Amino acid sequence: MSEYQLQEVPVGPYKHLVSERAISGETMLLNMGPQHPSTHGVLRLLLELDGEVIINCIPDFGFLHTGIEKNMEAKTYQKAEVMSDRLDYMNNMGNNLAYVMAIEKLVDLDVPPRAQALRVILTELQRIASHLVWLGTAGLDLAAMSVFLYCFRERELILDIFEMVSGQRMMVTYFRPGGVWRDVPVEFESAVRNFIKIFPKRIDEYEALLTKNPLWLDRMVGIGKLDAATALQHGVTGPMLRASGVNWDLRKVRPYCGYEQYDFNIPTETKGDTYARYIVRVQELRESLKIVEQALNKLPMGPVRSDNRKFVPPPRSEIGTSMESLIHHFKLWTEGFPAPKASVYSAVESPRGELGVYLEGDGGPKPYRVHWRTPSFDNLSVLSKIVKGHLVADLIAILASVDIVLGDIDR
Amino acid sequence: MELWIEWIIKAFVLAFLILTGFAYLTLYERRALARIQTRIGPNRAGPQGLLQPIADAVKLIFKEEFTPALADKVLFVLAPIMTVVPAIIIAAVIPLGTQFTLPFIDHPITLYIADINVGVLYLAAIASIAVYGIVLAGWSSNNKYAMLGGMRSAAQMISYELALGLCFVIAIMLGNSMSLLDIVNAQKNVWFVVVQPVGALIFLITTLAEVNRAPFDMPEAEQELTAGYHTEYSGMKFALFFMAEYSKMIVVSMIAATLYFGGFREFWFLQGTILSVDHFWWLGPIYLFLKVVVLLFLMIWVRATWPRIRYDRLMAFGWKVLLPLSLALVFFTALGILLVQQFGAIYLWFIPISSIAAGLIAVLLVNLSLRRKVARA
Repeated sequence: MSEYQLQEVPVGPYKHLVSERAISGETMLLNMGPQHPSTHGVLRLLLELDGEVIINCIPDFGFLHTGIEKNMEAKTYQKAEVMSDRLDYMNNMGNNLAYVMAIEKLVDLDVPPRAQALRVILTELQRIASHLVWLGTAGLDLAAMSVFLYCFRERELILDIFEMVSGQRMMVTYFRPGGVWRDVPVEFESAVRNFIKIFPKRIDEYEALLTKNPLWLDRMVGIGKLDAATALQHGVTGPMLRASGVNWDLRKVRPYCGYEQYDFNIPTETKGDTYARYIVRVQELRESLKIVEQALNKLPMGPVRSDNRKFVPPPRSEIGTSMESLIHHFKLWTEGFPAPKASVYSAVESPRGELGVYLEGDGGPKPYRVHWRTPSFDNLSVLSKIVKGHLVADLIAILASVDIVLGDIDR
Repeated sequence: MELWIEWIIKAFVLAFLILTGFAYLTLYERRALARIQTRIGPNRAGPQGLLQPIADAVKLIFKEEFTPALADKVLFVLAPIMTVVPAIIIAAVIPLGTQFTLPFIDHPITLYIADINVGVLYLAAIASIAVYGIVLAGWSSNNKYAMLGGMRSAAQMISYELALGLCFVIAIMLGNSMSLLDIVNAQKNVWFVVVQPVGALIFLITTLAEVNRAPFDMPEAEQELTAGYHTEYSGMKFALFFMAEYSKMIVVSMIAATLYFGGFREFWFLQGTILSVDHFWWLGPIYLFLKVVVLLFLMIWVRATWPRIRYDRLMAFGWKVLLPLSLALVFFTALGILLVQQFGAIYLWFIPISSIAAGLIAVLLVNLSLRRKVARA
């Protein structure tokens, strides 16, 4: 026919993973990704299909490996923070928060209350933005394309607020050890209030399009069921765990940044299917908005950074007049601050689940080891269990409902 | 001799109309979708983006045409042709208007290419051929995604075509003829959508599946199968598939307008006025155009709003809901026609009332089963 020869799919390395029928050619092996519109990045799924029914699904990742954990070891504590933005690029503020909280725990640094409140407001806005991207892309995966653009319209408002406070829309690096970068501008409050005012109606709009839509129900209900025991075994956290009936949210069970002062609910569902995950996330949008509103109403005045000059650089105004400040500034930005020889773990509730940072100091200004416990990684581990027996079309819905961010998995 | 030239000219004009219409339908869709989705849409090429279709065509013509090494070369080339040709020739039997007389030579020109006495059968036959193109494209590409797309397409066709055929039957019974011209003229006083609203609805639903439009666009489901059956196609071969899909959208809208929405006839309340087709022949194509634009907007609107259905659910929907319902509608229509013949014209209202009742029962049952499913999960 031609000079080309038919290349057999090399089953060899996967022999122990696929069934006998795949080796005999009775079932089809389909390589979904890393270039695929709905794998949310560069995830590769090796599927064993009987018709369109999935018999086996083997997730394969590492295509987006950035070496961030290793790279962070080569930078001083405060300079390594910019890398944390790039991990889970839908949760930049939350990554910053987890990282600076670990440093603050390691060197025992206090954070002023205004900074704590700002951290809460901004991480909750980030959670809303992340859930909006999730809702939009999940809708798009099931071809409900308008929801995607509506969600991004509201996400723009949040990104504008981020730009206002940090100068950046995504890679914010706004939270710093001991507080935040600098105080928010005066327009911040009105921008957030404006968002609080319009957003509930917009959530109603999304729900009007999806929640009761028979086609949406048909695609989501009963698909990809995950029971609580399996979820716990695999270390699943976040909305996925809560959709399976486990009421576990770090903001409630181990409050940080003063979450205990705010009145909010943890939405929980029991069915554990993709629809339950959708419901949990949509309700979280409303709960997060509640937290933002309360925190904004309570926002105290005062400094936004700790004045412990051993760890926090002095403001620009002091450097011109104070010799000590100049020395501190120079030392902090050239050498960095030494951290004790100890290890800490600090975790926050990211939009996807428990985002933890393990930091090990060796007495010097650079971390000896940084490890990120990222929720997407653990959540993805159940994928191959919950897709079995479903159709390819359902795989897309399930993958969307897991809400993975590949930057979060390959770090 | 004269007749022969007339046909060729009319065929050229029709093909030209459909192909231009296809190009501008892409622009219409993109602009309408953008408006629904709070975007602007293409507006750079020419005023209001009116030159965008030309820019797209030029881009596709100059793109590399890639053929996979292990593709079945003959079928790979044949498949897009097999898809696009039926999409255009199907329009031959659709009447665009009445007729007019050429000045000087006094020759009547009819505004359709052929008024064959089994016009509806012709539609059903040609519409079914196009699926071969899709299945063969999926098979010959030697690509697993394309293969799945082709398979879905075949599965989809067997599940909706029966209901579509029964909707043809309803129009045939109401028009008492298989010729499309007769069916249009039968709607002079009352459109068939008024007599058989549920039949028109089923027809619109099944035509969405017929042209692989959302929410029934499983064969090319971008998010699942990358591009489905045309994954391996590029350049003009891809453009042919694209052309087929959009030309078919226009053509099925024309068919829907012809069978259920009065075709080229004016609105019934304009009858006898100066705006009647009988008064000015050139109003016919304009009325048909307006109806097609509205029906196309419905398709675009559905695409903007609804998620895609799963292909096994579509089959269930086709076999368990649409087929029994359209059978019931055929029965009620026949009964209604019999009642009219026996007892008088007032009994015509039996048809819409009974079919709306049947439609509501079907909706109720679907709703119940969905609710049971939600409760069970």
